[in-house]
Amino acid sequence: MGLVDMSVNLGGLQMQNPVAVASGTFGYGREYQSYIDIRKIGAVIVKGTTLEPRCGNSPPRIYETPAGMLNAIGLENPGIEVFLQEYLPALMEEGVTIVANIAGNSVDEYALITRIIDNHSGIAAIELNISCPNVKQGGMQFGTDPRLVRQVVEAVKQETRLPVIPKLSPNVTDIVSIAKAARDGGADALSMINTLMGMAVDIDRKTPVLGNVFGGLSGPAIKPVALRMIYQVYKEVNLPILGGGGISNTRDALEFIMVGASAISIGTGNFVNPSLAQEITQGLEKYLLEQGLAQIHDLVGAAVQ
Amino acid sequence: MPACSSGIVRSNKKVGPDLWEMEFTALALAREAQPGQFVHIRVGGNQDPLLRRPLSIYDVDAGLITLLYKVVGRGTEILSLYSSDQPLDVMGPLGKGFSLVQDRRVLLVGGGVGIAPLLFLGRELKVRNNKVIVLHGAGSKEETCSGPKFTGLGMEYRIATMDGSLGFKGLVTDLMEREIDPKSIDYIYTCGPEPMMEAVAAFAARNNMPGELSLEEYMACGVGACLGCARKLKASDPSYVKICHDGPVFPLDSVNIAP
Repeated sequence: MGLVDMSVNLGGLQMQNPVAVASGTFGYGREYQSYIDIRKIGAVIVKGTTLEPRCGNSPPRIYETPAGMLNAIGLENPGIEVFLQEYLPALMEEGVTIVANIAGNSVDEYALITRIIDNHSGIAAIELNISCPNVKQGGMQFGTDPRLVRQVVEAVKQETRLPVIPKLSPNVTDIVSIAKAARDGGADALSMINTLMGMAVDIDRKTPVLGNVFGGLSGPAIKPVALRMIYQVYKEVNLPILGGGGISNTRDALEFIMVGASAISIGTGNFVNPSLAQEITQGLEKYLLEQGLAQIHDLVGAAVQ
Repeated sequence: MPACSSGIVRSNKKVGPDLWEMEFTALALAREAQPGQFVHIRVGGNQDPLLRRPLSIYDVDAGLITLLYKVVGRGTEILSLYSSDQPLDVMGPLGKGFSLVQDRRVLLVGGGVGIAPLLFLGRELKVRNNKVIVLHGAGSKEETCSGPKFTGLGMEYRIATMDGSLGFKGLVTDLMEREIDPKSIDYIYTCGPEPMMEAVAAFAARNNMPGELSLEEYMACGVGACLGCARKLKASDPSYVKICHDGPVFPLDSVNIAP
């Protein structure tokens, strides 16, 4: 370390390196503590949190698909208060950069959760989950209508000085218009992409596999879609992007950076290799050294024409 | 502490129809493993199949871990192609295992490849001075390779096969009802198809007998982070347990017990 500058400022979220772990794939950090030094992760985005506790969807909740997986967890979480009281302190003690991920039933609820977080120390930024495909309320409905995107972001921004990072849904026709709406609402950065809505069928039982029927597709299978969307948004919207979608190795991470991601997030890859975030951080650093580049920032958008 | 380690495959052989036995070395894992815990294996190392495969630990002896697995899909099919000296990407030991009773009379009921965690369990129970009876349900005698391992450790082993090619002809739970005197058993452990475990749980409930079972569910992370392997133990439970983290071992009355 020291020869290259790996640090990233993602719309005010200061990260020691550009590699984050994605919400819902890393629990509250402690689950993976014996596999990876979580203090070396750029940012830990914790499991999506709602105002009230939620028990989640009926199983089966996950299913493997070609080079990917479907999930329909349904935002199971203990609620914002329990998260702040019981889960956050241990993570703070580790000195980790913690990003909260929040979801609400209404614009007011997003604002209320934000106010609660803002009154509490220990959170470095707020990722807005406006893209969860697996819940009837507090999910994708907010992320697929540009007017609602703008409304939610505006409402949340009024409640906090923390960087606000909406996580965009790929389940839209025009990702750029959604990204612009988020920008116009005051977003500090964009997180993209969430999972692609999909399903699988159990032909023996003649039923959908997932208890929720539909689920979010993640993993290497969605990487080309994520790259394309980040490329489009990077060209049109002047906000830093936290990019992810199927990143499995350093080469994948470089692809995301080169289409415009200032930082990247590891999601499904954590399940396959719990120390992937650390391995990719080291891989990126090595790449910079080999290329004679001083900072990771020099690569952002390098492949955008 | 559980970790990701590089195991080394020592042997991998077919021991029945679609039934395989793999031995590998992974020192820390072997030292820490408890009966009922599982390992999470990345097969192939490519992006497809993507997720790790959870497999229960069949036996641990002198640093050598043994798995008994059934080839049921692409993941296990790739696993069956591993050969000696090949590295194995394995995470573990994971989950909460069986509690180990002492100085008791214990019944183990295993169905199909669900017999796997009961061998390691039986080994540890024998060390704790328990009298152990094993009932094993299988399709046919070709699937009963584990029998000599149980008897070799000093357990009483009885077999039920569906085709009657060995032992009792029919369901292992019918064998249990017919041959097991409830008064002679203090504690029951079971692993296998859920209808079988439900029948075992009903037998135990009728006779006021405590015990434990091991459940299965699709899994992604294996450590309680993704909340994928959720299940309500009782239909009336408000919340879901996670098989990987809260289990896979649960109290015997955790399945629906037929009246």
